[in-house]
Amino acid sequence: MNAIKKKSINYLVLAFSLLTLSSFGAINAFAHDSTHHEAEIHATDSAINLHAEAAHNPAEAHDEKEGVDAGKLIMEHIGDAHDWHMATIGHTHVTIPLPIIIKDAAGFHIFSSSKFHHGHDAYNGYKLEHGKIVAVNEDGSINESASFFDLSITKNVAAMLISVIVLIWMMLSVASSYKKGKGAAPKGFANLIEMGILFIRDEVAKPSIGPKYMKFMPYLLTIFFFIFLNNLFGLVPFFPGGANVTGNIAVTLVLALFTFVITSINGNKSYWGHIFMPPGVPKALWILLIPIEIIGMLNKPIVLMIRLFANITAGHIIMLGFFSLIFIFGAMSEGLGLGVSVMSVAFTTFMNFLELLVAFLQAYVFTLLSALYFGSAVEEHAHHDEHH
Amino acid sequence: MELVKPGLGLIVWMTITFSIVLFILSKFAWKPILAAIKEREDSINNALNSAEDARKQMDALKADNEKLLNQARAERELMLKEASEMKENIIAQAKRSADEEGRKIIAKANEAIESAKLNAMNELKTQVAVLSVDLAEKVLRKKMEDRSQQEAFVNENLKSITLN
Repeated sequence: MNAIKKKSINYLVLAFSLLTLSSFGAINAFAHDSTHHEAEIHATDSAINLHAEAAHNPAEAHDEKEGVDAGKLIMEHIGDAHDWHMATIGHTHVTIPLPIIIKDAAGFHIFSSSKFHHGHDAYNGYKLEHGKIVAVNEDGSINESASFFDLSITKNVAAMLISVIVLIWMMLSVASSYKKGKGAAPKGFANLIEMGILFIRDEVAKPSIGPKYMKFMPYLLTIFFFIFLNNLFGLVPFFPGGANVTGNIAVTLVLALFTFVITSINGNKSYWGHIFMPPGVPKALWILLIPIEIIGMLNKPIVLMIRLFANITAGHIIMLGFFSLIFIFGAMSEGLGLGVSVMSVAFTTFMNFLELLVAFLQAYVFTLLSALYFGSAVEEHAHHDEHH
Repeated sequence: MELVKPGLGLIVWMTITFSIVLFILSKFAWKPILAAIKEREDSINNALNSAEDARKQMDALKADNEKLLNQARAERELMLKEASEMKENIIAQAKRSADEEGRKIIAKANEAIESAKLNAMNELKTQVAVLSVDLAEKVLRKKMEDRSQQEAFVNENLKSITLN
């Protein structure tokens, strides 16, 4: 466990140092050709928007100078968005607009993100500011005091929904193949999935939880395949992949909360007794130990949340960092860019293989740790001092 | 930092979606799949166990057979031994009775021979007596034509013959 923590920290350090490095280079690199402006040349409600860019709008020049560095590029890729950017062909952006859902005092507002025209226009009193929805006043200035909830189907939500549909379709088809060939050995895809299921059952659930493992199997299998599939989808560079679902802290937060809630609900007398009445310790020390135990209890889901988020995000950052290097050096001189691209592609290929491993490993680690927490919640303590 | 600030919308959607996924997969995928896997494993285990049982039974049967065979062999040997003993006995007994019988027969035969001899002797004696009388009569007839001679002779003979 510690090794994994250390590893994720290493990743982050590596990723962020790379990021800093590439940001420095980018300032010179993109400074000279960064002035452009997007003009709409088509109906905005179409499923896929095409924006032709008209070059040279001096008004926006300073904005772009800060914006088009590798750091921002990477952050945009690993962050969330209100439209799904698929490709830029020449000066044309190909994006899928996603639905905006805003809940405020007046109720729900649901409309397409294309109405915002990429932050250029306000709609219904809201505007996109650096990819975030903000409320605006009549005159166009930002209204800081307005309170509303942004429940939009963002890029991550859409990517998650796609992966979830794939997941459900996959597993239901596997389940139906089991119903068809009752008692027979699984074939093809079902065989592959069964390998995963048996792995979770025999290597994760049984040894970590003990005799009550069957109760937690559905949840463990769901998080394992959910995280694994989303990790893999995140590695696919184009639609429907490319979103950073499991590298988003909100997603990992919810997953960790599920684990925490299930642990707490299933916590038996000895689990809670361990936290609020630490056995084998003088009562005077309880005042010290109980807060520590509570922190320890809360620490578990937080660690789960951060580990998955950091690992996946770091992987994305590293790969994007390598690619950014091509353009940073390419901007200095074409030859340098070509030279670096060979190295970048080689490294990214290597990283991609590593990320495939990480995709599995992080899904496994999340599942294993969840199972261990469940195990500690349902464990019957025969003797008390085995954990401290 | 934007990256580590969880977005509310995403939390809401994630919670809803994940709950639904958890429910659907638990009910319609994991439950039947796990049940099917369990069932298959159980059936395999049962098959293995019953195979093991069958093997044990076979072994037991074999051991039984072996035991029976050994018993039969021992019994046969015993029987053979008994039979040969009986044979010896029978032969010995037969020999004994045959001897006895033989002896009896011989004794009887001896007796019969003895009595036959006695009879024959007696008969011979009688025949000899008759013949002698006949002969004597003939001789006497010839010789004793005269009376005096006859009388002398008879007297002489009567003196020498003692009746036995």
